[in-house]
Amino acid sequence: MPKREDIHKILVIGSGPIIISQAAEFDYSGSQACLALKEEGYEVVLINSNPATIMTDQEIADQVYIEPITAEFVARVIRKERPDAILPTVGGQTGLNMAKALDEQGILEQYNVQLLGTSLKSINQAEDREQFKELMQDLGEPVPQSKTVNTLEEAQEFTAKIGFPVIIRPAYTLGGTGGGIADNEEELDEICSNGLALSPITQVLIEQSIAGYKEIEFEVMRDCNDNTMVVCSMENFDPVGIHTGDSIVYAPTQTLSDREYQMLRDVALRLISALKIEGGCNVQLALDPKSFQYYIIEVNPRVSRSSALASKATGYPIAKLAAKIAVGLTLDEIENPVTKTTFAMFEPMLDYVVCKIPRWPFDKFNQADRHLGTQMKATGEVMAIGRNIEEATQKAVRSLEIGTQTLDLAEMADKSDEELADLLVAATDDRLFAVYQALKRGWSVEEVHELTKIDFFFLDKLVHILEMTTEIVAHQNDAATLKLAKQNGFADAVLADLWQTNADQIRHQRLANDIVPTYKMVDTCAGEFDAHTPYFYSTYEDENESTPFDQPTVLVIGAGPIRIGQGIEFDYATVHCVQTLKDAGYRAIIMNNNPETVSTDFSISDKLYFEPLTLEDVMNVIDLEKPLGVVVQFGGQTAINLAKPLADRGVKILGTQVKDVNRAEDRDEFNKVVTDLRIPQPVGQTAFTNARALEAAEEIGYPVLVRPSYVLGGRAMQIVHNREQLHHYMTNAIKVSHEHPVLIDSYLQGKECEVDAICDGTTVLIPGIMEHIEGAGIHSGDSMAVYPSQTLSDDVISQIETQTIQLAHSLKCIGLMNVQFVIHEGTAYVIEVNPRASRTVPFLSKVTKIPMTQLATEVIMGQKLADKGYTDGLAPADKMIHVKAPIFSFSKLNDVDSLLGPEMKSTGEVMGSDVSLPKALNKAFIASGYEISDHGSILMTIRDEQKPKATEVARRLTNLGFSIYATQGTADFFEQHGVPVMKRVAKLSDGSDDEIMDLLVNKRVSLVVNTVDDTENGQQDGARMRAMAISHEVLLMTALDTVSAILTMLEDRAYALEAL
Amino acid sequence: MSKARYLVLQDGTVYEGQAFGGDVTTAGELVFNTGMTGYQESITDQSYNGEILMFTYPLIGNYGINFDDDESVAPTTAGVVVHELARKASNWRNRLSLDDFLKQHEIPGIQGIDTRSLTKKIRHQGAIRAAIVDHVADAAVLIDGLTEKLKQVVAQSSTKNAYPNPATGYRIVVVDFGLKHSILRELAKRECNVTVLPSTATAQQVLNYQPDGVLLSNGPGDPKNVPHALPMIREVEQQVPVFGICLGHQLFALANGADTFKMKFGHRGFNHPVEEIATKRIDFTSQNHGYAVDAASIENTDLLITHQEINDQTVEGLRHKNYPAFSVQFHPDAAPGPHDASHLFDDFLEIIASNQRQRELEENA
Repeated sequence: MPKREDIHKILVIGSGPIIISQAAEFDYSGSQACLALKEEGYEVVLINSNPATIMTDQEIADQVYIEPITAEFVARVIRKERPDAILPTVGGQTGLNMAKALDEQGILEQYNVQLLGTSLKSINQAEDREQFKELMQDLGEPVPQSKTVNTLEEAQEFTAKIGFPVIIRPAYTLGGTGGGIADNEEELDEICSNGLALSPITQVLIEQSIAGYKEIEFEVMRDCNDNTMVVCSMENFDPVGIHTGDSIVYAPTQTLSDREYQMLRDVALRLISALKIEGGCNVQLALDPKSFQYYIIEVNPRVSRSSALASKATGYPIAKLAAKIAVGLTLDEIENPVTKTTFAMFEPMLDYVVCKIPRWPFDKFNQADRHLGTQMKATGEVMAIGRNIEEATQKAVRSLEIGTQTLDLAEMADKSDEELADLLVAATDDRLFAVYQALKRGWSVEEVHELTKIDFFFLDKLVHILEMTTEIVAHQNDAATLKLAKQNGFADAVLADLWQTNADQIRHQRLANDIVPTYKMVDTCAGEFDAHTPYFYSTYEDENESTPFDQPTVLVIGAGPIRIGQGIEFDYATVHCVQTLKDAGYRAIIMNNNPETVSTDFSISDKLYFEPLTLEDVMNVIDLEKPLGVVVQFGGQTAINLAKPLADRGVKILGTQVKDVNRAEDRDEFNKVVTDLRIPQPVGQTAFTNARALEAAEEIGYPVLVRPSYVLGGRAMQIVHNREQLHHYMTNAIKVSHEHPVLIDSYLQGKECEVDAICDGTTVLIPGIMEHIEGAGIHSGDSMAVYPSQTLSDDVISQIETQTIQLAHSLKCIGLMNVQFVIHEGTAYVIEVNPRASRTVPFLSKVTKIPMTQLATEVIMGQKLADKGYTDGLAPADKMIHVKAPIFSFSKLNDVDSLLGPEMKSTGEVMGSDVSLPKALNKAFIASGYEISDHGSILMTIRDEQKPKATEVARRLTNLGFSIYATQGTADFFEQHGVPVMKRVAKLSDGSDDEIMDLLVNKRVSLVVNTVDDTENGQQDGARMRAMAISHEVLLMTALDTVSAILTMLEDRAYALEAL
Repeated sequence: MSKARYLVLQDGTVYEGQAFGGDVTTAGELVFNTGMTGYQESITDQSYNGEILMFTYPLIGNYGINFDDDESVAPTTAGVVVHELARKASNWRNRLSLDDFLKQHEIPGIQGIDTRSLTKKIRHQGAIRAAIVDHVADAAVLIDGLTEKLKQVVAQSSTKNAYPNPATGYRIVVVDFGLKHSILRELAKRECNVTVLPSTATAQQVLNYQPDGVLLSNGPGDPKNVPHALPMIREVEQQVPVFGICLGHQLFALANGADTFKMKFGHRGFNHPVEEIATKRIDFTSQNHGYAVDAASIENTDLLITHQEINDQTVEGLRHKNYPAFSVQFHPDAAPGPHDASHLFDDFLEIIASNQRQRELEENA
């Protein structure tokens, strides 16, 4: 059917900020969908609050609104733009929720806006537990049975009906406390009684347990003619019980016979037909490993994280086609963008194996509960492609950048058998390594299976890797063994360890024996049809299919998996760099391993290598492609860390040179740069031993900021106020060694701000200064920031400008550079220089309208800023004010303290822009999902040194009519300083949780301000109260400056109320 | 490591791999199948008689071999080429490994082959004859002997004696040109009272059973090697409803004056989208054929093209203009592959039913 002519203008809803479980995959699907609609000639309007995305680039839609995604703001956009239709299926859960809200508020009807892709009925059928159950019943499809009960007798009765095992989930307990799996009546009685007692409403959910079943996923598509097809099937390594986003996943299915596969395929297609989805849909199924019995776990009536993975795993661009289908095109008339010789109505056939491994944030959150379950905890993921499981798995492991290229994780060796068994039963993020360790200790496959329920097929692959390791050790320097090892995914660095040599030596040995990777194309059709996708993966076989370009080629290194501190911003920069290179006539190649992102869409670059980003893998591509150089500035720390080893091997690094990168990153060299330029910086020292660290701190004077040398996103960084704290930090938080010294800096209190600069060797352009709202001590990535700066004096601005220009020249910066300052008593001190694209580049590019990545890429390739009309110094700002606000995912992570500090904790950001600061702040808060009322009660618990400042904040709150509740010490201080306290609340450590629980559960307070740092008093009070606020969804602030910003907004909006 | 073995192509190219399965040499036409599951069904599919079957999916044998999914009693696939044979099979129905299964049936296998590069070679050059041998020098003779062997594949695959598959429903005669068991399964599901006859059955022999319908089965090789079936079809289609599948479809076309041709490398896999022209319905179909009906040759016949493959417009379905007879190139019986087109068996039974109503009306009149 031809596309619809009755609609012309389409509103696309984005997914908003990156949070755990709703991440970069929606930038990929959203931008693909927008471009696809534009390609079909529709006018596209986009709303998304996330500035760090490709999706919110001006070129992606005809009108881009970076506004809060709330019904109020979407309605405003609808009133202004009058779209004919809305596409809500590419913006994750946010998109679907918005469609429902707009419908409920009558906005769709009022403005005669149609929904595309999926109907409200389907959304409800898929999302609402009861409606979903009903639909499944109508279709005769089995779902795990469940029932809410209030007594043990009811539980027994229901269990007798459905049989053991059952899962017991108490209602409204923190983190599901008190739940469990019962295998018999005794266990049921015990767990259920306990659960009922713990539940504040004496209620538990009894659910049929399908833990241990195989978890199978299908990505399916359907058009308006009811043509249906499967794009990709996937099988989880981890059986049912762990969120699929936290599971290791293989594509296609591995252990299903055709009979099982076709049975489940039929189910998936029946479901999408029943839901009448026009577009893509994800179906999750559980299959009994011992029969044909299956259950439907979940259906997502939209594109999802899994569909992004499936798109990258097969080459089939689901979101793009889903958008075209949504406007009436049918699968049999859309060209298959991969083969260009077949149609989109084509089920991809793989001739390789794909392995996805999630990337968890526990390296940053070392206090966090690492157990995996139904709540997703990963921030990102990697994907690897190989010709067998071993190869794909080992490539995926080394893509993770978790400090290991092998399954033989050193710290697992230290575990006792008992600890190991625990790790196998209750899965944590490192279970893969625990399984390997268990097999290494000679535990039988049967034993490991018994503990993990992981399929024997996958366990045997790990056994094979283990056996091969023994073989490798036994056949030192044997070429045949080397080749076999490479075919099974062993990294050069791993072989080097096994053969007690270095990776370069292994590489020489490989080259001498002509053991080099062959690159195979991802073509959706297993080679059956001619295809021209520039999408390749490495393996060790006969035929290499990737031919180098004749034209000058540039290799751009991507940023790998999304993690805290290295987010989607770097994918944004990578994509823009590649587009600029293409425009300038170069052939641009991307290497990356993140399946969620835009950069790994094969249509972005001239060639995509979906590969790990280790030195070995990058050198292999360079050997083949012989690029004129490599760009490392845009791929975050992942790429910049490759600069030196690449340069050492004769590879040309484009842009800022390696020795200059090192002068910015190495503490001593950087000190020299700053001293030579006479730029003020906080006094600092480097210590290689604990004793020296303590001495240094005395010399500098407390408080001091301590951190390990090479840092990523402020890892293990801390502010310490005295000797005891420092001692504690040195002995507990880090290990100091000669290779890894600790840096100790004077901690200057004051405003922080940062700039990004572009330098071509002559001109230094500073697009803008971002002024942080939270003062020094809170990581820049976790600070709210405003552009243009609001409070900096002309003198300070001029200092910042001058110093940035001096630094850029001195560091011989070519391309981008980020400088962070603290403003202390009227002087700008340099804290840090990052000789690469930073997190703020997309935000600043959007608000200053200076295409920073493009310009940086152009100067890297030799062009001059002056020729483009740019001059030295700070670019003038326009009248709009833009606020960036960080977004956190604390509700997904147990045991992570939400107190903001020098360690970055946020996962995403939103932007609020308006004509005044209060309005821009308000928008940023709304986009952050904060519901801020203009009256009510506020519970404050403030650490000692902040009490004076807090008193002023409390006074302002009181003036607006808020009631102050406070814990003892805080209340005393407030009252002594003339701020009335309405209610004194017992601290957690002073009594029971009851009083605070009551305030939170019954929403008697609308805001909790808690700034108590537990590392100072050694207690857990602060963290506990914060966790309680988060779990009961009460707005929480941990920085007084953020509260001040809220006050700025509230005061502006309040009427003056002064008695005569 | 297992012993070395060679896959030698007619053009002299030699691929070294490791042996598995039967310890014998073989020759056949080298073809590739793109299915990611279903190796058991494919290997036991008699349509691969005379062919060396290469799987494009690199991991084969993952779920072993079970007792339920065979498509023939004695598989006749000439040889099996894979990238990697599973070390361990894992599935609740697994009864023996693929390796052991092929040993039992004396079918040689070879693994460790860059199957993707070989697939691309076949795509460029067309299906090619090849041998699996322990010594490269042995290949030529084996390949030379193929021409004669390939003419016999239907006779070899077909049952020699008639046998029943009794039930209480319609009487269906299945003419076995290399019959897949899944066709019998589909008929059994519909309670058909089936008699299977050898490929050599004459029209009289077929009609002696007074069937309600006749099904022409799938089978291996070139339909032109089965000329004796054509007069049988011409006679039978005038008397009772006929349904042809795969080779049966090609024979139905030849019997009615159309022509067939050898495709460059055929269709083997189960992601072939087929459109029913009248309704525009598209099904993903399971296919296994190296020959096809020439669309242009249909023009001067009494046949209508009912289905086509949407990518290369191959003729996928035919219907007779005057008789209740139709055929499809693909496998509505799936196994392996999608069940999208299984409704064709229902269509067949409906045609039988309406044909009988028609007859009754005529007789009453």
